Amino acid sequence: MMGTAESDVIKIQEEFKTEALTPGQLMRMRFVRHKMAVFGLIMLVILILYSFGGAFIFTEAEANFTNTKLRLNPPSAENPFGTDTVGRDILIRTIYGGQISLLIGLAAVVVEVVLGVLIGAIAGYYGGWIDGLLMRFTEAMFNIPQLFLLLVMAKFFGGSVPDINLFGRQFSGSVVVIIVIIGLTSWMYLARIVRANFLSLKEREFVLAAHTTGTSNFSIIFQHILPNSIAPIIVSGTLSVANAILSEAYISFLGLGVKPPTATWGNMLEGAYNYVETAPWLWIFPGLLIVLTVLSINFVGDGLRDAVDPHALVDAG
Amino acid sequence: METILKIENLEVKFHTLGGVVNAVNGISYSVEAGKTLGIVGESGCGKSVSMLSVMRLIPNPPGEITGGRILFKGQNLLEVSEEKMEHIRGAEIGMVFQDPMTSLNPVLTIGRQIGEAMMVHNGFSREQAEKRTIELLNLVGIANPDQRIKEYPHQFSGGMRQRVGIAMALACEPDILIADEPTTALDVTIQAQIVELTKRLQAELGMAVIWITHDLGVIADLADRMIVMYAGYIVEEADVFDLYEKPSHPYTLSLLRSLPRVDSSRGGGERLATIPGFPPDGVTIMLGCPFAPRCNFVVDRCRLENPPLIMVNNDHKAACWVDVNTGKERSL
Amino acid sequence: MTRYIIRRILQAIPLLFIISVLLFVLMINTGDPLSTMGGRRVTRPEDRERLSRQLGLDQPIYKQYLFWLIGNDWTKVDLDGDGTAETQGTRKGILRGDFGTSMVQRGKEVTDIILDRLPNTLLLMIPTEIIVIALSLAVGVYSALRQYSATDHIITGLSFIGYSMPIFFIALVSMYIFGVNFKAWGLPYLPTVGMFDPKVGKTTGQVIQHMILPIFSLTVITAAGYSRFVRSQMLEVISEDYIRTARAKGLPNRMVITGHALKNAALPLVTIVGLDVPLLLGGAVVTESIFAWPGMGRLFIDHLSRSDTPVVMGILMMISVAVILSQLITDIIYAWLDPRIRYS
Repeated sequence: MMGTAESDVIKIQEEFKTEALTPGQLMRMRFVRHKMAVFGLIMLVILILYSFGGAFIFTEAEANFTNTKLRLNPPSAENPFGTDTVGRDILIRTIYGGQISLLIGLAAVVVEVVLGVLIGAIAGYYGGWIDGLLMRFTEAMFNIPQLFLLLVMAKFFGGSVPDINLFGRQFSGSVVVIIVIIGLTSWMYLARIVRANFLSLKEREFVLAAHTTGTSNFSIIFQHILPNSIAPIIVSGTLSVANAILSEAYISFLGLGVKPPTATWGNMLEGAYNYVETAPWLWIFPGLLIVLTVLSINFVGDGLRDAVDPHALVDAG
Repeated sequence: METILKIENLEVKFHTLGGVVNAVNGISYSVEAGKTLGIVGESGCGKSVSMLSVMRLIPNPPGEITGGRILFKGQNLLEVSEEKMEHIRGAEIGMVFQDPMTSLNPVLTIGRQIGEAMMVHNGFSREQAEKRTIELLNLVGIANPDQRIKEYPHQFSGGMRQRVGIAMALACEPDILIADEPTTALDVTIQAQIVELTKRLQAELGMAVIWITHDLGVIADLADRMIVMYAGYIVEEADVFDLYEKPSHPYTLSLLRSLPRVDSSRGGGERLATIPGFPPDGVTIMLGCPFAPRCNFVVDRCRLENPPLIMVNNDHKAACWVDVNTGKERSL
Repeated sequence: MTRYIIRRILQAIPLLFIISVLLFVLMINTGDPLSTMGGRRVTRPEDRERLSRQLGLDQPIYKQYLFWLIGNDWTKVDLDGDGTAETQGTRKGILRGDFGTSMVQRGKEVTDIILDRLPNTLLLMIPTEIIVIALSLAVGVYSALRQYSATDHIITGLSFIGYSMPIFFIALVSMYIFGVNFKAWGLPYLPTVGMFDPKVGKTTGQVIQHMILPIFSLTVITAAGYSRFVRSQMLEVISEDYIRTARAKGLPNRMVITGHALKNAALPLVTIVGLDVPLLLGGAVVTESIFAWPGMGRLFIDHLSRSDTPVVMGILMMISVAVILSQLITDIIYAWLDPRIRYS
């Protein structure tokens, strides 16, 4: 008859005291009801299998093997995704590029979460001038559009990290640079959430109780208050992985990202706009993989948010 | 006496995550023109839902009217078109809502909010609507109406907002005014003012009033007839004097006992009675009387069979296997 | 309100100071502007030394920042490298509106370089913003009113995809479809690069044709997120009590939506649009690069890659000011639209 009012459902449920389900059950139900989240999770598993499982079939040497005789070949049985400007196989490069792109996404978020939690927790817990100073800085960082800051930092740190050998593989040092700068330019939102949480929790009884028993500030911050902020941190962290992957793609696309021969989905697209017409396979495959990954993570993040937030039943269709 | 609204076997269900909630379970009653019907019950007993059903304002999904008829001036409102319903809402049936803080649109002037119904239903021009709005605000006791029509809801106090809400519901001079707990969110002194206002307006305009409340005290000197609802059922229906003098359902009895009285025969120091336990969740199918788990008069039959509404006295109905005056099981 | 605005402007000063120090330190260390000066390599050491003296690059960083900020016309500088400062400085500093001169385009005023490009960026941004707001309101409201319908699911899915798509991908795809393939299929096709076809010249028609794809790409990305926001706002609003009141008055559905729900639902969009200015500017960098659009974004990339601090700093500071200003304007518009704030 009318548009649905989900909040009415909640009101009615409260009114009728429907207590048949435990919070855990409700959480799972909301998550599963969120079909998109389940779809995202499955997609994500497939993408991870693709990037890491594919490495058992092809070697990195094959990914980086150049053959100018084979340059810009369209997709064929030999090269299902075609070859790039120096004759490398795009399929194999998307496999190895996926590893780096996913790794950058995750690692950058680790940096982001560490920074965001530390700054937010210290500002919220200690308050006063420390809070004022940190929040001014946070706000300043917020006011520089992230992409501009990323590009300046990419240029600033560019070439400052030597290549790394890990597990017998050669990684461009620029991978580390990209991880660090994405982390450095994206912690502000998280810091604000954590700070707000700390501000509201630090006056609560259980914290005051911890103070009276002589618990150290360190332990109060990390063992007593922080666990209460875990849910928003996880949700925001998940969505940040998508943003970090996008950021990497943007920087690499503009030529300031990860340096070849190390492949990422982003740097495979560098200069692709010169081949819009002549070699669309150059950008279609890595581009689609980025879209799929980001989309899947956003679905999962959205589902998590609904699962964690008891009031967000709105999109549970 | 002319019956203006007749509800027959109304059933409303809500489809929620926790299951299907039976909000209203086949209730029937009628309202006479110019009279006041009071509906009493705890929150969640289905009293508001039944009124929203009359207005066809149950959000669907999750709500669904699954059975019954709502006869307004002889026509079944559950069968009329949405367009026809729009002409009945506001024009013939006005409604005042519980919370005056949230039921007025914060970004529109109250002049606009009162006037628009008249422009839609009566074809008034903006000027005519404004003129009438000022009269209405005078009527509901708001000073400086020609100034205040330009103001926004947040510039009014709670009591004043509820007066605005009443003016809004009365704008097109409806035949029925449905008041859904209009005083619950207000201070006690303001409550009395709103009740007085409603009485005066009813005397002047002659509409029927359905007044929903969970407070038997508020409604005593307003209602002509009373309905007590519990868990989606009508458990007692009587003339207002009869109900207060000779309550015939244990639930009504407990409601009256939980009421503070100035003329208490129980003396000043006595504690008010409370009703132990909670009403049923509406999801679980209950075999017997829904009030049985909280009832002092409970007999075996109560747990097995839900009592129908039976005539216990002259025009006085109650749904109970036990005669609460004697404490003896009825022989039915 | 005036006091609030003044307070906000005063608060912006330390903010801009922090931003400028941070960016300046980063920029000064991003590379060697001398290596690409004037488009050719400066190799001879004595040339390098002379140039770096002239540009003030030999000075310690705090002095460089100071000169950039307040100029050096109050002191003397050592231009010939003999150890005595005898030449009167000429720079006025950004606080007096002097953004300096470009290092790679010798002698060209930063202000001129930027003002040359700024209108081109606005030419993309302003129509995009207008289309995005109109489109997302329409789509979001439509979707909310048909919640859980097939249309709603499709719109929600599409907006999720749009929201997850890097702008370069949608740009490349749209170029491929509307430029390359339409041409191949003999359909009327759209130009993909530049602002106008040099063979035709910079006519209004040409520029509009060239605007379509960049604006389309920017719109898809931005409108996707906004329409999701409008949808959820609208869903929240239509479950509000005052909407039920409006229905109880017997208003037709269309009046309930346009007269009562829309304003409440659209109000928060003002804030989002205001806060997203940085995002839109970021999108401009990528979009302008792909479509070879001569705007600020491409200017930024070009000069950043050559470490042209004065130009890059000029752009960044203008953007920061724009961001802060847009937040302030957002607050003012919001207060003006929302009577609850206007009258308190």
